[in-house]
Amino acid sequence: MTIGLTHYLVVAAILFTLGIAGIILNRKNIIVILMSVELILLSVNLNFVAFSQSLGDLVGQVFALFVLTVAAAEAAIGLAILVAFYRNRGTIAVEDINSLKG
Amino acid sequence: MPFLAELTHHFLPEVILAVGVMLLILIGAFRGEKGFSLVDEMAVGIFGLAILAILLSSKQVDAPVFDGAFIDDAFSRVLKVLTLVGAMASILLSVDWLQRNGLEKFEYPVLVMLSTLGMMLLISANNLIALYLGLELMSLALYVMAAFARDDGRASEAGLKYFVLGALSSGMMLYGSSLLYGFSGTVSFAGIAQAVTEQPPVGVIFGLVFLLAGLAFKMSAAPFHMWTPDVYEGAPTPVTTFFASAAKMAAVAITARVVITAFPAITTQWRQIIVFLAIASTLLGSFAAIGQNNIKRLMAYSSIGHMGFALIGLAAGNEAGVRGVVVYLAVYLVMTLGSFAAILAMRIQGKNVEDISDLAGLSRTNGVMAFFLAMLMFSLAGIPPLAGFFAKYYVLLAAVDAGLYPLAVIGVLASAVAAFYYLRVVKVMYFDEPAPGFDRSPLAVRAVLAASTISVLGFWLYPAPVMEAATAAAKSLF
Repeated sequence: MTIGLTHYLVVAAILFTLGIAGIILNRKNIIVILMSVELILLSVNLNFVAFSQSLGDLVGQVFALFVLTVAAAEAAIGLAILVAFYRNRGTIAVEDINSLKG
Repeated sequence: MPFLAELTHHFLPEVILAVGVMLLILIGAFRGEKGFSLVDEMAVGIFGLAILAILLSSKQVDAPVFDGAFIDDAFSRVLKVLTLVGAMASILLSVDWLQRNGLEKFEYPVLVMLSTLGMMLLISANNLIALYLGLELMSLALYVMAAFARDDGRASEAGLKYFVLGALSSGMMLYGSSLLYGFSGTVSFAGIAQAVTEQPPVGVIFGLVFLLAGLAFKMSAAPFHMWTPDVYEGAPTPVTTFFASAAKMAAVAITARVVITAFPAITTQWRQIIVFLAIASTLLGSFAAIGQNNIKRLMAYSSIGHMGFALIGLAAGNEAGVRGVVVYLAVYLVMTLGSFAAILAMRIQGKNVEDISDLAGLSRTNGVMAFFLAMLMFSLAGIPPLAGFFAKYYVLLAAVDAGLYPLAVIGVLASAVAAFYYLRVVKVMYFDEPAPGFDRSPLAVRAVLAASTISVLGFWLYPAPVMEAATAAAKSLF
């Protein structure tokens, strides 16, 4: 069996769904949410590289490099905000993010 | 066109902002904590320079810049001026508030400028890569700003919520971009418009839905609004002002540009999504705000409703519709800045208050402020002859002309419901027993409140500049 574009797209779609499910279902820990966000971005990168290869067009790979760079900055900022939150509350459980509602 | 010529002819405002922000970081780094007022004043000056640069280039022909990654057209120029005005006013409003709350750090104006630079790139974006990078530059700075009061538990919670949901939305937007790239073979909007025909592959539709979901998150259109009330309430008030004014301009602008320049062949398909977002936002904005006591939460639901109205204009999908959207954004910007100036002025004996009941009897303790805020509330409710009425009139007219009768009817009904909670604020100010009076607010806050009220009151006398700019902007998109 040859591995074609479809296989890559299916893997990426599964990863993407796992990432979304990880954000929605997780009730424990915000770090898990950050990991899920990374999973989503990696699934997108897989899509871009697979499409780029099958189209014979380099732009997709350039896009993937940009996504990697921005993902690193995003993770850094997310962790920084998480540290600020932990200092104030002493917890990083998702169910404790509840002082603002209405 | 050679690189340097493109830079100076079509990208001058962005260059001014980018160079300015680096200069300000250096000044801040050398002067430390003492540098706040200097950096703040220079930031206002740099925004002024950038606005001037755009106004001076307003007669230019439309041109793609940097190999088509960005575009410099009338639409982007008008929206950039609105964004810059919003950013400049929110910096002016923030100075006193930040100093009184121990947040006078030079990073604040630097973050505002970086975020505004992201918004300008976003407004000019002409392909998916530029769209993504502009959006992230804007959002990453906004996440930090929401959590800027880092010793305040509510602010860091607001920042965390905004970050998680924002990261999720940009992930969805990216997934949509990857599908669009794969099924149309290009990232440029013009290329996508050529590749997408009347009967597009299902991948394109999926990509479009994901892309629009991500953008709806950024402009807080229902059902992607859940972060808005919490972030508006928890974030420091000057930051909320910036979120509600400048950030909305960029998000709506790029949504309009994407659907109109990249998907002209499948207008009927994207119109369904936009109509759904518009109906959900107007209804949620009017019903969910009724029970609110915190005025920042009230403004959050109000902004969701107003984004719904802007989308009613976009749903028309023609030149009149986009003109309505631009007029709506301009009026919304002025009304929002004025309302938040009033919220920033709500301070009793040095303590910030945010409840609607704190406004009780304001007409007797501070008649001028009560009158200004009442006029802004009437305008937000859309009562003629104030500016808010004309804004609603143009979007609804465009929707009716495009045959979207149910959408227009729902919009009118929702705005009637929304009038209830705007008028409640007026009732509390004029007919309730007076609460303790507010402290005297700083000059900048009073000036912004007065200027926006006067613009809202006088719009019908001289609407020509706004209408002409909006007409030119709409024409350049088609």
